[in-house]
Parts: sequence; structure tokens; C-alpha cells
Amino acid sequence: MSDGHTPSEHYPGPVHGVPVHAEPGYAGLSGQVHGHVPHHPKLQHHFDDMDQQVEASTLGMWVFLVTEIMFFGGLFMAYLVYRSAQPDAFQEASAHLSIFWGGLNTAVLIFSSLTMALAVRAAQTSLPPKVQVGWIVATMFLGSVFLGVKVIEYSDKFRESIVPGPYFNAAMWTHPTGVEMFYSLYFIMTGLHALHMIIGIALMAVIAWMAWRRQFDSSYYTPVEVSGLYWHFVDIVWIFLFPLLYLIGRHYGEGH
Amino acid sequence: MSAHVAPKSLYYTIFAALMVGTVLTVVVAFFDLGFLNNVVMLGIASVKALLVILFFMHVRWSTRLTWVVVASGFFFLMILFTFTMMDYLTRGWLVGTLR
Repeated sequence: MSDGHTPSEHYPGPVHGVPVHAEPGYAGLSGQVHGHVPHHPKLQHHFDDMDQQVEASTLGMWVFLVTEIMFFGGLFMAYLVYRSAQPDAFQEASAHLSIFWGGLNTAVLIFSSLTMALAVRAAQTSLPPKVQVGWIVATMFLGSVFLGVKVIEYSDKFRESIVPGPYFNAAMWTHPTGVEMFYSLYFIMTGLHALHMIIGIALMAVIAWMAWRRQFDSSYYTPVEVSGLYWHFVDIVWIFLFPLLYLIGRHYGEGH
Repeated sequence: MSAHVAPKSLYYTIFAALMVGTVLTVVVAFFDLGFLNNVVMLGIASVKALLVILFFMHVRWSTRLTWVVVASGFFFLMILFTFTMMDYLTRGWLVGTLR
């Protein structure tokens, strides 16, 4: 893949039957020739070369992530509107979230982004499948730790009757209506985020399986790269959720 | 192209920076800076997000087309926020508009 050739050097495209070029940078995965131009086994026929294929895949993933930005963006928008309407209620509600669990989860997720980046790098540098799988499994493990902490936090909120709905204990708050709105947003936003984590972990299980089957090396690692993008995106959402949900009420009750 | 192989040390540095940012944002939250709390908090979060996007997500080494697509996502997010808040925050400023 990293042959240093610009796409224009490959034009005009390969003509069937004529071995125009045999992928200069193509090193791993034994080539299969099926009746025409030899090429990398993972190269699909509607692409000129591996570079173009990688570019299309990453770009496609980014377009999807842009829709995800707008998806979560709608919820951040709702947060902004309701918080600007009831700032005191949001601070009061936020003070009841555990800064310890929230902070720990932020660290765990950042750590998982590091292991994800190293997993991509392992595939990129043709490290043995064991190493690739190791980093991917580490990422999955950290993702599971995150979800485990979320379970503890959620069950605490249920126990304390803070969950919006018929069992919400309005009597314990100064601004019950706004607090209930905050916790509605809290559960929807962190819930949607957790759903993304679950999907991410499932995705990583597939990627780990593929890595174990020696699917990836420096000439082809697009699936690791692209699902890595997804994983990092979910991390970024949390980077914004953490301060907005957990940290706005830390000095509540002192100056207010 | 994402074919660029970043040195491991770069990833560790980014990781350290993200951790420092997290600790910093928690510490700042315990001080009452008024409106500035939000500015600092979101500023740190934005820098962290930028580091993840540029280095962990390899956008730093991606084609310009990818840059444009990524930037467009945040551009439209800002349009969403700005125009919606232009409505909500200015209600009641003019006589006869609903609060």
C-alpha cells in the first residue's frame, strides 16, 4: 500500500489481461491471480489500487461519523437549551453524580483509545496476530470495565430514587423539575453512549477474530483502522459528556 | 493516506496529554469561576477531542478530502447550536415575543 505512488501514476487503469503493474508495495498475503492482472487479494475490482480503496473506506467511515456527530449533537442541543433555562437545577443535579466513577471511566476510556491506536499500529506494522489480538482484546476489556462502572452508577441512581419517572423522589431537591430533566438527559445521553460502547465491543470481537485468522498486515488493515475510528469517536463523545454532566455542580451550594 | 506509521512514543505522549487534560478539568471544576468554568471546561474538552481526531484517528496524515468532511461535521454542529440558541436566548428581548 505505502508505495509512495500517487494515484495518477497508475492511470490509465489496469487493462484486463495485461499485467500493467503488480502492486509495487504489496508484500504480504500471497497473491491470487484469477485470470487477469495480478493484484492484492483484498483489492476489489471497482478500485484502481489499494490506496484508492483505503481512501474510500476511511472517507466512508468519516461520513458515517459525521452523521453520528449530528445524532449526538441533537442531544447536546437539548442539554444546552434546558441548562440555559434552568442553570441552578442542572448544577444541583450534577452535584449528585459521582465524580470518582465518572473520572475513572474517563481515564479508562482514554486508555482504551491508546490500546486501540496501538492495535491499529500493530496491524499497520505487520506485527504477529498474537500482538494485534492482544491490543484489541485489551481495548475490549477496558470497554467492558467502562460498562461495568456504568452499571454501578445506574444502580446507585435507581436505589436513590433519582431516575426520572413515577419513582422519582421530588422531595429531595430544591428544583425538582429541572433536576428530573437533567437526569432524563443523563440517562438518554449516557445510555446512547453505552449502546455505542456495546456495539464497539461487538465490532472488536469480529476484528479480533479476523486478526487471529491472519487477515491483517501492512498491506491490508482497513477493517482495524475503520473500526478504530468508530472506537475513538465514542471516546470523543464521552470527553464532552464527562464535564457537561459530572463537573458543572462541583461548587454548588457554596456560592449559590 | 493513513499508511503513515506514527511512532509509538507519539501515541504515549497524546495519551499523557489526554490524562493531564482530564485531571486539569476535574481540578478546575472545584473552583467557582462563574461563567469561565464553562469556557475552561469546554476548551479543555475541545483540545482533547482535537488530539484524538488528529493523532489517534490519523486525520493529521489524511487527505484534504477527509479534512473537509471531518470539519464539515463540526461546522454543521455549530450551525445547529448557534441558530437554536439565537432563538432561545433572545426570547423576550422584543416586545410581544414569548419568553
